[in-house]
Amino acid sequence: MSARLRRTAVPVVAFALLAAFMLVLPAFVNDFRAQQFAYVAIYLVAITGLNVLSGYTGQISLGHGAFMAIGGYTTAILMTDYGVKDVWTIPAAALVAGAAGVLFGIPATRLSGLYLALATFAIAVATPPVIKRFEGFTGGGSGINLFGTEELTASLTPVEILGFELNFNNWLYYLCATVSLVLYVVAWLFLRGRTGRALRAVRDSETAAVSFGVSLTRYKTLAFGVSAAYAGVAGSLFAIATTFVNPDTFPISLSIFLLVGVVVAGLGSLAGLVAGAIFIQFLPLWAQEVSKSPGAPAVVYGAILIAVMFLLPYGVAGLIARLLRPRRGSTGI
Amino acid sequence: MADFLQQVVSGLASGGIYGSLALALVLIHRATGIINFAQGEMATFSTYIAWTLTTNHGWSYWPAFLFTLAVSFGGGVGVYQVVIRPNERGSVLRVVIVTIGLLILVNGLVQLIWSGEVRAVESPFPSGTFTVGEVAIAYQDVGTIAVSLGVVVLLWLFFQFTKIGLAMRAAAVNPAEARLVGVRVTWMLALGWGLAAVLGAVAGMLAAPSVFLDPTMMQAILIYAFAAAVLGGIDSPVGAVVGGLFLGVLLNVLSWLSQYGLFDWFTEELRLPTALAIILGVLLVRPAGIFGRQAVRKV
Amino acid sequence: MTALLELHEVRARYGPVEALHGITLEVPDGEIVAVLGANGAGKTTTLRAVSGTVRRSGEIRLAGKPLRGGPEAAARAGIAHVPEGRGTFTELSVVENLKLGAYTRRDRNLRADVERVAEWFPWIHDRSDQQAGTLSGGEQQMLALARALMARPRLLMLDEPSLGLAPMVVREIFRIVRELNAQEGLTVLVVEQDARIALDTASSAYVLEVGRVALAGASAELRADEAVRRSYLGY
Repeated sequence: MSARLRRTAVPVVAFALLAAFMLVLPAFVNDFRAQQFAYVAIYLVAITGLNVLSGYTGQISLGHGAFMAIGGYTTAILMTDYGVKDVWTIPAAALVAGAAGVLFGIPATRLSGLYLALATFAIAVATPPVIKRFEGFTGGGSGINLFGTEELTASLTPVEILGFELNFNNWLYYLCATVSLVLYVVAWLFLRGRTGRALRAVRDSETAAVSFGVSLTRYKTLAFGVSAAYAGVAGSLFAIATTFVNPDTFPISLSIFLLVGVVVAGLGSLAGLVAGAIFIQFLPLWAQEVSKSPGAPAVVYGAILIAVMFLLPYGVAGLIARLLRPRRGSTGI
Repeated sequence: MADFLQQVVSGLASGGIYGSLALALVLIHRATGIINFAQGEMATFSTYIAWTLTTNHGWSYWPAFLFTLAVSFGGGVGVYQVVIRPNERGSVLRVVIVTIGLLILVNGLVQLIWSGEVRAVESPFPSGTFTVGEVAIAYQDVGTIAVSLGVVVLLWLFFQFTKIGLAMRAAAVNPAEARLVGVRVTWMLALGWGLAAVLGAVAGMLAAPSVFLDPTMMQAILIYAFAAAVLGGIDSPVGAVVGGLFLGVLLNVLSWLSQYGLFDWFTEELRLPTALAIILGVLLVRPAGIFGRQAVRKV
Repeated sequence: MTALLELHEVRARYGPVEALHGITLEVPDGEIVAVLGANGAGKTTTLRAVSGTVRRSGEIRLAGKPLRGGPEAAARAGIAHVPEGRGTFTELSVVENLKLGAYTRRDRNLRADVERVAEWFPWIHDRSDQQAGTLSGGEQQMLALARALMARPRLLMLDEPSLGLAPMVVREIFRIVRELNAQEGLTVLVVEQDARIALDTASSAYVLEVGRVALAGASAELRADEAVRRSYLGY
């Protein structure tokens, strides 16, 4: 088949397989695992969005945990103070976080590379103290509890979907899986055409991009907004999944793990993102399996992270690309 | 007035610590264009080494101090050669992740080797104060200022008046031309990392008596160091030191003022967020900092 | 006359793109040799191949011994390469630039060396602490030359010394090069776009075209041949 058709067909088939796999997974694993995979889906949403910013547009953000926090707290506040059902808070979280992303993106477009990394790092570190400070709004240090509230679907009684009765863990899994798949497709469509090319142009050479009429400010801000909105959704789902939020739910390590996930996945490509999400969720747990002595999991995690940077400089997506490359050897540089 | 001056002096002392670590960050950024997120943890590791020498092996303070500096130098060079250099040609993002991986790894290593318990550390300087006029000045503060600024001055002399110092400066700003005159640029960069590790060790050992020894001891100081470096200009060594001193004094002065009603929102907990706000503010308004060169990127 | 520098079938590439397709040339000891040609012909790449700044293959010999390694090795072997754009350390002072020139020498006596070099460029004395980046283009070129002399090199390589300079300044620089060659026996390999002044200074020249040697010979002959001048040298 023609290369063009192959380029579209392969991702579509891969995606269909992924969707099918995610659909039937709960039948094969226990409740607890299902919940873990729900978190994988949540991280997938977050890093799909972050990939738009850091992978495609090349802007480093060490602060996307803050946007997750915005989404999470939006959901929590809407649910407890305004009685909104959990699912309906998700779009709201996306909007609020997205707006914050745009607001930050506008001045941030002037920063590049490490300066942006530092600035976003500062935001992420500042997030828990700031949350604590605005107690009246956020419930301060004790946070907001969602467990057992009516607005939290399936928390009190199982919910019925399409004739199936789902308990909380299973419902959670399907909610997160569905949202992640939908948003993945949205990102794919968003990045296919002109927008994707424009974003990549911004990453590869700002000077060239401008000379081709690509408005830097607009695309960089757009990338910030979109990635923040995705993080907001992830934060919202996170709040629903953990059934509470407090300032320590979104620490700096979360922001760091998100960026790690994107880099491990492979920049500027959607292919490795699932691997990245799995990396975020499971590597800390596996590191603990290796040894429980204090500090040992961190040593393992850090070492593996460095090793992955050595071995997979282009992430999992790079690995996939190398495996799929036509045997005749490419003329690529 | 007296306690204002006291605050200034102790502000200079903490500023000396921030400035040392900030200088380490600037050295590495100037030489290799990298922000080493692991600088604080490396300093923590060095501090633990000094502690273990004095506590478990009966060394006296200053020999342990010097030995730790030597080991830290080697560690910095080693980290550069093994971990950083192979990744230098990759994207900025990759290097950021590598230094973050290093941060996590070293932090874990400290916990693994020495456990996470908080320990009190003795200061090499006498406790207590001496008075100048009405002002009571702590020996600890004076000692800290003397050592941190002393190290900085020594470093300055090294860069200005030695052949290797000159070569390092050349390698940092014009690596290609430096190679043409025979400078082994890679080794100069490694030396830069070694010296930065030394500065970090100094900062850690000076901070330990006040912040206590535990694996997270340098995390807040790293943030202050970032603030100082950004404020002074991330490529300006002078800026880093001045920025550090300024930040130390500023935070203490704000504290002092808040007890009189001005800035009364400024509580102890807000010291760190203030530093963070400075980072953000400077980056958004004038990324080059006070002493930095404005990089013109008009597109 | 023995050859100080010999290149034999030297190829060089930037990444996947080959820029030199087998260059063979010779620089006799104590002579000035010019490399001429249009933009993109490979002149700068030739110098870079010698100093090891670019990936190369083929034989390169300095005083009969094979030359290997990168720029640091070339510098230690006694090659002073003044690159395109002078390679001035703009943030450092004039005297610091000179000190760096002597980096590879073990027998350095800096003060004496600076004195010696300042004989050729007397203005150095007055401006020794001035930041090199604030010098004019011509002064920077002379500083680059002075820096190269600090190394007491066996071979001086100059890349387009006339670039961006006024004709009078260019003449002065080439005059100094000629005198250095006459008085100190300095061997020079100079890459130039300005073929006229290059041929007036050098004793022989190579003309490159698209990465190959198109023409070679004594300057006097090349100068005299009108057809060659018109088609290859542009005057």
